[in-house]
Amino acid sequence: MIRLEPRRQHSQKMVYLSPLLAIFLTLITGGIIFAFMGKDPIEALYTFFIMPINNAYGVGELFVKATPLVIIAVGLAMGFRANVWNIGAEGQLTMGAIFGGGLALAFYDSTSMFLLPGMFILAALGGAMWAAIPAWLRTRFNANEILTSLMLTYVATLILSYLVYGPWRNPEGFSFPESRPFPDAALLPIIYDGTRVHLGAVFALLIVAGGWVLLTKSVVGFQLRVVGQAPQAARHVGFRQKRMVWFTLLLSGGLSGLAGLFEVAGPIGQLQPSISPGYGFTAIIVAFLGRLHPIGILFAGLVMALTYLGGELAQIGLGLPSAVTGLFQGILLFFLLACDVLTKYRVRFGAVNKSGEAA
Amino acid sequence: MDWIVPFILTVITASTPLLLAATGELITEKSGVLNLGVEGMMLIGAIAGFAITASTGSATLGIMAAALAGMATSLVFAFLTLTLMANQVATGLALTIFGVGISALVGSGFVGFAIDPLPALNIPVIRDIPVIGPILFGQDFLVYFSIFMVLASGWFLTRTRAGLILKAVGDSHDSAHAIGYNVIRIRYMATLFGGAMSGLGGAYLSLAYTPMWAENMTAGRGWIALALVVFATWRPGRLLGGAYMFGCISVLQLHAQSAGINVPSQFMSMLPYLATVVVLVIISSDYTKIRLNAPACIGKAFRPAQ
Repeated sequence: MIRLEPRRQHSQKMVYLSPLLAIFLTLITGGIIFAFMGKDPIEALYTFFIMPINNAYGVGELFVKATPLVIIAVGLAMGFRANVWNIGAEGQLTMGAIFGGGLALAFYDSTSMFLLPGMFILAALGGAMWAAIPAWLRTRFNANEILTSLMLTYVATLILSYLVYGPWRNPEGFSFPESRPFPDAALLPIIYDGTRVHLGAVFALLIVAGGWVLLTKSVVGFQLRVVGQAPQAARHVGFRQKRMVWFTLLLSGGLSGLAGLFEVAGPIGQLQPSISPGYGFTAIIVAFLGRLHPIGILFAGLVMALTYLGGELAQIGLGLPSAVTGLFQGILLFFLLACDVLTKYRVRFGAVNKSGEAA
Repeated sequence: MDWIVPFILTVITASTPLLLAATGELITEKSGVLNLGVEGMMLIGAIAGFAITASTGSATLGIMAAALAGMATSLVFAFLTLTLMANQVATGLALTIFGVGISALVGSGFVGFAIDPLPALNIPVIRDIPVIGPILFGQDFLVYFSIFMVLASGWFLTRTRAGLILKAVGDSHDSAHAIGYNVIRIRYMATLFGGAMSGLGGAYLSLAYTPMWAENMTAGRGWIALALVVFATWRPGRLLGGAYMFGCISVLQLHAQSAGINVPSQFMSMLPYLATVVVLVIISSDYTKIRLNAPACIGKAFRPAQ
């Protein structure tokens, strides 16, 4: 018989080992799934996880995909720590792209060096504003932020669709639903020639550093950790839950908005109906895989970015549907959650003897 | 008045998937388990039902496959949250991400397939009564089943011993455990029931509502079903009203679009989502009502003392 025996303290070793174990188990499961689909598992795994990064351009793409994931996940992790479940990051990302991108379109003939910083600010505001709605509904009306933030994601996507099919459609373009291309002054500079790695990657690193300082060195970070680990203690010492809700939602919304702008002002270069392959949702997995810690999230972001690249290559090289990416991501999160049990519990085999100790 | 019967008929088909999924989730939540994976289980049910129906030609087998597939998915959730005590919110999200992925993967071979829509159980003679005939007696099996399950759930929760035990487990797992009920086993069963019902809800979309398979075809209905449970303040009878109200809204916006009302289609498509937010706010702001009806242990892990 298998039993779970609580540990006195969370195992620090397991906190770090369980993501690695989860990745390992996901690879094994992935191999089995590939074999079932009639592909050679070794070749498929090689195509999925090694081929994307065996050249400089591929490594660059890894950073391009990891950039939005890391930026969003750092914000989400703060909320998850305090039991604030913002799962509408995809919508906040879209709003950021609309606000920041809107400025680029309003000044489409501008060459001003202030255009890009202005877009950053507007994008962060747009994302934060979109996240402020669930924050307000939760603190004022007690409405569950999981459901409201998710519903607003659908609304944001429809607003973007309206804009690019309607008023913001490129007047000089053919009838494609897309905006004008952004002017050069509104595009993020490439920081490494020959790749698509853009300034956003630098921001991602800064945001990781900022998140680390916030979490480990600030009073707010301390409060977040206490609220998450000991909610009752937090209430007793008077940490205000409502302030945590506002802070974490505005922060994660603002960061998601920024991530959305980096997509449209980076690799995409204009507004179009679809600007993200679900970065806002994948970032949830990144946050957990990274142990809700900014440094961990940096590595987790790179791992998850690889699943996007691998999915693309598997589509071209092996004829697999791109949905394989989502499947891998879901399985990875399952394994991670399952492995996390090891941080809080010891697995014991055998029956319980009279004294209550494991036999 | 010619439009009224077809209108009501489409409202019924639009409401049924919500009603099926929400009824299942209500029972699950009543046992103290919050499974946010409804959207994922619906998608898995939708593709399982469609794939089996398309390959065997039997809608009955398809419906059974959908229920089983939803149940199997919820078993993963139950194992993680009940046996391994993983966080229910995170696991539910994982279930949805997984469901979107695997259904798209399996479904990629079924895009563009056509099947016959779920046949109506046309009851002879009375089916021909004008107006009420087609509405009351011309529906398919799952419509009747969804309404039956709402009534049965209401009866189960208030009139049966098993229902009272289920509620006790959801309201105070420690007390229920202390008087000798197997909390984990009861929660497993409630979660599996929820999974089967979500699977059926998804199958209704792919077998009757559209009938076809499209990636992500639930379009947020699983989340709307979750909101409906709150809207109904965990009472099955109110689910009926809530689900049909949402069915109305989604059909109205489609009709308004085709009637050429001069509002961009995107704004009309927002209506169901915005309505969900509004409804959620109205119900949740009545804090006492929520406190009185919500299962007290919802989302909390239970670890039996050894």
